[in-house]
Amino acid sequence: MITEKAVKFGDNVNTDVILPGKYLVLTLNPQELAKHAMEGLDPNFAKRARSGAILVAGKNFGCGSSREEAPTALKRAGVKCVLAESFARIFYRNAINIGLPVLECPRISRKIEEGDELAVDLKAGEIRDRSKNVTLHATKLPEFILEILDDGGLIEHIRKGIRSK
Amino acid sequence: MNIAEKILARASGKKEVNPGEIVEAKIDVAMVHDLTGPLTVKSFREIGVKKVWDNQRIVIIFDHLVPASSVQAAELHRVMREFAEEQKIENFYDIGRGGICHQAMPEKGHVRPGDLIVGADSHTCTYGAFGAFATGIGATDMAAVFATGKLWFKVPSLIRVNVTGRFQELVTPKDLILNIIGHIKADGAIYKGVEFAGPTIRNVSIDGRMTMCNMAVEMGAKIGIIEPDETTLNFVKSRTKEPFTLPKSDPDADYEKILDFGVTDMEPQVALPHSVDNVQPISEIGEVEVNQAFIGSCTNGRLEDLRLAARLLKGRKIKEGVRTLVIPASQEIYMQALQEGLIETFVKAGAFVCNPTCGPCLGGHLGLLAPGEACISSSNRNFIGRMGSPEAYVYLASPATVSASAVTGKITDPKSLGA
Repeated sequence: MITEKAVKFGDNVNTDVILPGKYLVLTLNPQELAKHAMEGLDPNFAKRARSGAILVAGKNFGCGSSREEAPTALKRAGVKCVLAESFARIFYRNAINIGLPVLECPRISRKIEEGDELAVDLKAGEIRDRSKNVTLHATKLPEFILEILDDGGLIEHIRKGIRSK
Repeated sequence: MNIAEKILARASGKKEVNPGEIVEAKIDVAMVHDLTGPLTVKSFREIGVKKVWDNQRIVIIFDHLVPASSVQAAELHRVMREFAEEQKIENFYDIGRGGICHQAMPEKGHVRPGDLIVGADSHTCTYGAFGAFATGIGATDMAAVFATGKLWFKVPSLIRVNVTGRFQELVTPKDLILNIIGHIKADGAIYKGVEFAGPTIRNVSIDGRMTMCNMAVEMGAKIGIIEPDETTLNFVKSRTKEPFTLPKSDPDADYEKILDFGVTDMEPQVALPHSVDNVQPISEIGEVEVNQAFIGSCTNGRLEDLRLAARLLKGRKIKEGVRTLVIPASQEIYMQALQEGLIETFVKAGAFVCNPTCGPCLGGHLGLLAPGEACISSSNRNFIGRMGSPEAYVYLASPATVSASAVTGKITDPKSLGA
């Protein structure tokens, strides 16, 4: 169970605002990347997320570039999970591959408010808004994606596969 | 099956695949560049495999930060040079050898119709212009490809975009794709593919087809694709030694939907800040002054684009105060532009011509914007902060519109210049 406060953003949040291109030279230094997470929309985001956050957004979250540094920066900044109405596909894969859980949930940005206390059950695909006392249902993740997330990301998942052979 | 299903079925060793199905497919070609390569290499080493699955099928191209724009960039370049040598990757295009990855890939014969191609860059969908199933992936997915040669895909449903009519003078495939994105919207094709078809597309050059497929990702699409034909063959045949097929959609193929677009009455289109789907015809955007004009990128830095720009700039002077950057997409295009005298035209007009690179498109280097400044650009994204300051404004248009705007200092319909 992932429990954190909701931090909200709108529709079409793109990778250039999640992590501006000028920081991509820091690609091999995730701690530095984290300082600039969401800088394009909120220069104080990294400070706000430090104690943990669940991002809640509208449609097409993570559109734009293939930069894996975008989900990495979010994860390292303290984001535990991203809930959105839909995701851009490269961001979606990248997030899972680096072990950042992502769930699609219809109309979620209209149902949850900034600061709500959320509890996310990835396996069940359920989001409990403890502030409002309601439960929302997300699209369930397929078993193989849950396994990748359980292993902490694709690299460890593949290593585990190699070890078990 | 449609063209996308046929390619995925072949690559995953199945007779048939259907939208929504998850398949594991063999990759024909995998490409990384100087900004996504280093993280791919790091993840590849973490997997613990010693050798890449096939060093003939991996292509490394330097384009994002070339020549090295900082010591950090130089270090990233060194990581990739050492990896190319260690893994004996011959298809390595250092600076001065290739150009922007999405131009160099087909030019150097790494794109064939029917191929399944992945690139660690979102604009990898460009190669759909040649009838390939080509899509962008992140560094960790790419590391898995480097190690195993395989990747899982969800078979996308396909939206067919039928285009009819004849382009007006100085209206280009860039205007068409902006118009299409304005209708389908930034999230209208997420998880799906877009096939461009119809009589107008048959008459669009390879350069124009690449511009259109390049921007499929701006609607969220996994792929943009065009059935290969004579135009495709003319480009591909002389550049590759490997055999290839010419996949086509069956007459009874399934599409999620079919959309019709006409170009006959279409005027030049402009995507206004800060979203690629915020598109309007140029007659409706009012007076917009610009500080910078950029002709280049994987979207519009090709020979046809430079010829069009030179046609508008020949014998004219760029307006004082509008810094104008022209960046040929590859060494080959640069050379052709030199031989045709296009570069001379640009320099005489007062443009600043740079080496083949992504440059300012992604705000990496070469011509970033200060707060409050506006740029008219032939590139593909106008997001907040994309080309520098988060308080700058980026307008997307065709190379013709960018050139005309450079001359007048405000966003201008190229027709009004009278070329």
